[in-house]
Amino acid sequence: MAPVAITAFTATTALGPGLHAQYQALGQRRTGLRPNDLPGRPLECWIGRVEGVEGVELPAELDGWQSRNHRLAWLGLQQDGFLEAARAAVARHGAARVAVVIGTSTSSIGETEDAYARQEDGHFPADLARLHVHRPDSASGFVRLATGATGPTLTVATACSSSAKVFAHAARLLQAGLADAAIVGGVDTLCGSVLYGFNALQLVSANPCRPFDAARDGLSLGEGAGFALLEREPATPVRAWLAGYGESSDAYHMSSPHPEGLGARRAMEDALARAGLSADAIGYLSLHGTSTPANDTVEAGAVAALFPAGLHASSTKGWTGHTLGAAGIVETAFALLALEHGLLPGTLNSHVPDPACGPQIRFENARADIAHAMNNAFGFGGNNCSLVFSRP
Amino acid sequence: MTTTLTAAIEGIGLWAPGVPSWEAFAGLRRGEPAPEGAPTRPAPALLPPNERRRAPDTVLVALQAAQAACEAAGREPAALPSVFASTYGDLAITDNVCATLARAPTEVSPTRFHNSVHNAAAGYWTIGTGAMEPATAISAGPGTFAMGLVEALAQLEAGADAVLLVAYDGPATGPLRDVLHSDGLLGVALVLVKPGANDRLRIALEGSGSGSLTAPPADIGHGNAMATALALLEAIATGTTGVTLEDGSHGLRIGLAHG
Repeated sequence: MAPVAITAFTATTALGPGLHAQYQALGQRRTGLRPNDLPGRPLECWIGRVEGVEGVELPAELDGWQSRNHRLAWLGLQQDGFLEAARAAVARHGAARVAVVIGTSTSSIGETEDAYARQEDGHFPADLARLHVHRPDSASGFVRLATGATGPTLTVATACSSSAKVFAHAARLLQAGLADAAIVGGVDTLCGSVLYGFNALQLVSANPCRPFDAARDGLSLGEGAGFALLEREPATPVRAWLAGYGESSDAYHMSSPHPEGLGARRAMEDALARAGLSADAIGYLSLHGTSTPANDTVEAGAVAALFPAGLHASSTKGWTGHTLGAAGIVETAFALLALEHGLLPGTLNSHVPDPACGPQIRFENARADIAHAMNNAFGFGGNNCSLVFSRP
Repeated sequence: MTTTLTAAIEGIGLWAPGVPSWEAFAGLRRGEPAPEGAPTRPAPALLPPNERRRAPDTVLVALQAAQAACEAAGREPAALPSVFASTYGDLAITDNVCATLARAPTEVSPTRFHNSVHNAAAGYWTIGTGAMEPATAISAGPGTFAMGLVEALAQLEAGADAVLLVAYDGPATGPLRDVLHSDGLLGVALVLVKPGANDRLRIALEGSGSGSLTAPPADIGHGNAMATALALLEAIATGTTGVTLEDGSHGLRIGLAHG
């Protein structure tokens, strides 16, 4: 495929708001995980909560969109000059020529949960009944209003692959001439559905997660927001290129990965093929690496089958927790930081490698100049997406 | 949008209460009587009976329509990338999970939780058909069907030979009805392919429309959040040359060429 320019990007996670906070914490191996202190959700586990989301104030014109998810989205949009870059692209290309493609898993369902908890005679309380947040697509609607873009607007909701797939959707919109630029990203926030839902599936660890460690016993849930600006003909400096994307389905099970990792491997191979690169060209692979016993084994096997031993691959979930529908954009930001600064994160909290791990899975940080980075995002329903990024 | 994208429609699937197929819908549009004894719940053959009992209604209607469209097109489902478009996903599941969280959060059902993801129908479809091709799931409010068409045609433009588009919604239940509006069960599916020499039916995304939106039929799928899809199907059935569909901004103008 013709590479697509990335002219701005940002991420906000439990490590703090913006790229500098991500870079610093990755380099210092400082985790953002903490014992669960989400109000009203007393489940024994560790979470990657973003400090200060509760106090974020939305501008008056977005008042009808109050939700934890949109407060986090707004906080994320303010970082690294992203909102200004997005609005400048809207001014440059024309609002109708800028698409908005946002990935989320739970959108603002935390507000819907609150509305159920506070219902009066079987009805939502008035303050929650008037918000535009009880819909799966509200994340893209919010970003559209916040940025002023009016081109094709959609929310991609394929569980944990959502905000990786937004790059594929946007690349297709640009290639088909349906838009000249696209604001992509992902936002997902901690809420009862995910904490108790993953807990019901026995996938939540009582400890900080330890991806690919022999003793790993489940994931730590986190929240995050991130955005990228894609342009077909950039007028501003290119930060990185989206070189390829690969999507696939496991066709196996709703909540367990294909045991031989066939879907994962297919997504990675398709992304490499679209980028016109062989596996040995990749300098850093940001793994999906959720720290559940099954997912990590399968992903490690697929990576070992495809990549040479020299690859530096890691999971950063020990820093941020698994940010669900925002995982794709968060890992993208980490991959782009690796391209820009040569910082290859290791796998925090993990000490004893699972025998299933090949030499590609690294626990220690490293530094290296790399030309190409990749990330993986795999979701429920066996939905897989891999992305390849290249340095300008 | 200023680009016109064109595809051929190779197969159509439909399920609505009392209207269990595209043929029944087209017959009604020609003034024929409604089929007698139509099933009250979709029962897609590709799901084993125990899965059929447990799957959400929105999954059933999506799979029923998807399977019918593939059969009409003569396409092997496993070979098709798919786009699943739903405004709300399954609101009965949302209602159940939110009500359980309010009452006894540790009793959230694991099955209901994994069925709560917006890509549940896409997941069941790929598992049931063995399709390892890409599947996606989108929502775009009232513009969901139009954005599904845009994504499907963009996939053809990006190199796919054929794409399955499945659009569906179910009824709002419980207190959710205060804020979301959808009634009944509706599933529509199209197999879209690259235009060829012998197309019976071509569809073209012609860009933003300036006219008013085309109203969906009043007698079928009324009140369902995906009724927009039936505005297109009615135009196909009656030989109309174009419609304007809600796309969240100015209306998406769609041309139809009947071969």
